[in-house]
Amino acid sequence: MALFKLTLKELQDKFTSGEITAGEIARAYLLRISQVEPKIKSYISLTSREDLLVNAQAIDDGLKAWRKTEPLMGMPLGIKDNICTKGMRTTCGSRMLEHFVPPYDATVMTKFKAQKPLILGKTNLDEFAMGSSTEHSAFGPSRNPWNQQHIPGGSSGGSAAAVAADECVAAVGSDTGGSIRQPAACCGVVGLKPTYGRVSRFGLVAFASSLDQIGPITKTVTDAAIMLNALVGHDPLDSTSAKRDFPDFTKSAKKKDIKKLVVGVPQEYFAEGLDPEVAEKIQDAIQVLEGIGGKIQEVTLPSTERAIATYYLIATAEASSNLARYDGVKYGFRAKESKELAEMYHSTRSQGFGPEVKRRIMLGTYALSAGYYEAYYAKAQAVRTMIQRDFDAVFQEVDFLVSPVMPTPAFRLGERLEDPLQMYLSDIYTIPASLAGLPAISIPCGFSSKGLPIGLQLTGRPFEENIVLRAAYAYEQATNWRSKRPVIRS
Amino acid sequence: MARISHKEVEHVAKLARLDLTEPEKTLFGGQLSQILTFVEQLQEVGTEGIPLTASVADQESFLREDLPREGLTQDQALANAPEESEGFFVVPKIIEK
Repeated sequence: MALFKLTLKELQDKFTSGEITAGEIARAYLLRISQVEPKIKSYISLTSREDLLVNAQAIDDGLKAWRKTEPLMGMPLGIKDNICTKGMRTTCGSRMLEHFVPPYDATVMTKFKAQKPLILGKTNLDEFAMGSSTEHSAFGPSRNPWNQQHIPGGSSGGSAAAVAADECVAAVGSDTGGSIRQPAACCGVVGLKPTYGRVSRFGLVAFASSLDQIGPITKTVTDAAIMLNALVGHDPLDSTSAKRDFPDFTKSAKKKDIKKLVVGVPQEYFAEGLDPEVAEKIQDAIQVLEGIGGKIQEVTLPSTERAIATYYLIATAEASSNLARYDGVKYGFRAKESKELAEMYHSTRSQGFGPEVKRRIMLGTYALSAGYYEAYYAKAQAVRTMIQRDFDAVFQEVDFLVSPVMPTPAFRLGERLEDPLQMYLSDIYTIPASLAGLPAISIPCGFSSKGLPIGLQLTGRPFEENIVLRAAYAYEQATNWRSKRPVIRS
Repeated sequence: MARISHKEVEHVAKLARLDLTEPEKTLFGGQLSQILTFVEQLQEVGTEGIPLTASVADQESFLREDLPREGLTQDQALANAPEESEGFFVVPKIIEK
């Protein structure tokens, strides 16, 4: 079997046993990317062939001296292009940072690099992670490997497309309102948003700081656990980083049943607006969960209907503040020929940001402005508390929740670009877990009649990624949707 | 329906330090009105006595220990500057002579 078809676990086993070298892995992926990338456009920047082969050689040479391997050693990874990589440009999908080369690594990169993986490149995203389709990337959209006329989802669409198209063995994304889970669902791969605070945000370019969280996008649940192990841990450089112990997450993904676990089915997630085909697949999945020992229980999360309004006020307010730093002074784009400072700020921001970013900055600025703060921003913060309390109440009774990831399969490129509100409404099922800071995973649960993947979301209590991974693994083993792979047509 | 006027669009753009073209003002005015109409549903929710959530972190924010550590060199800090001179970031003039 071609190397690029292997999962992270399979590739790891072959590398650790000495059956294959890092050099062979690098060459296999360079070839695969050269064949597929022109169609899928997963990456904004690629590590040069020369650098990648040098890195691979250094690993193969060093292996004799080190006499042990690390879990990600030699593993070819894609990194979302809003995560700072020292010496490698980090654009955030924006003209504003088109030539920005970070002088430091994000904490997750420091952790990765200690294990000596092969960093293949930086993956595409909606500008500053604002979007659900990658269509807001200043460098053009990525394509869904299952059907190139459809979106790969967003904002981590490049990461999800790269994993689905075998352009990397695993990738990292970031999730603010669904930006890991939704593209994973669109592309038929696994995407895990960890609990808020579980993974350091240091070096992740800030969008909405009370919501942003880094997590893995992978081919299997086991692979997600391997990646999560490498990402987690307390970081003094992120003041919201959790001071908590973490288990070996790969041990969570072992059992083929979920006996003794209570599965909550929130009624609000199956209301109006859910595509009947998606609803059917989720119902099938609930039966599978029952078949492997889960006790199914209907629950209610009454504040769900308020989640989108709450999210788009809080996230845009935080974004308007976070993105104030792009002023053309210390780094990034600067508009030419400004005669004085204020004019330079205005011209820089007007020329550097794309339309969706401007729209969200405008909305957030409005929500925070004098006279509207109480009615919009403070109100949204109160409703956020209600949403969190809904979850607290149901998690007294159930161990995790099962729901769709998005109301429809991946929509067509261009379909919702002119209607921002329509685009926002597609985030209905992923936003509540973001607002409450909960761990949630998206795993494949079937295909639409048009052959597009459909995702299943499992959401757990804070810091119980182990339960979410256990259930996701047991479901995956009982179904094997992964046996069907996309055929990338030229 | 919430209406955000042309004048309000201009005011918010100024606060956000954005220059919008006339077509942008019209486009954003319409789209923001639509979005604000949607988010106005929150006014129906009774939230009296409910505390505000600013962060879902399950701990107080902390400060790292104030110990010396490696920072960026001047060259590194200036490497991405749009314009620099003699170790300074250069900006257009702020005050008239």
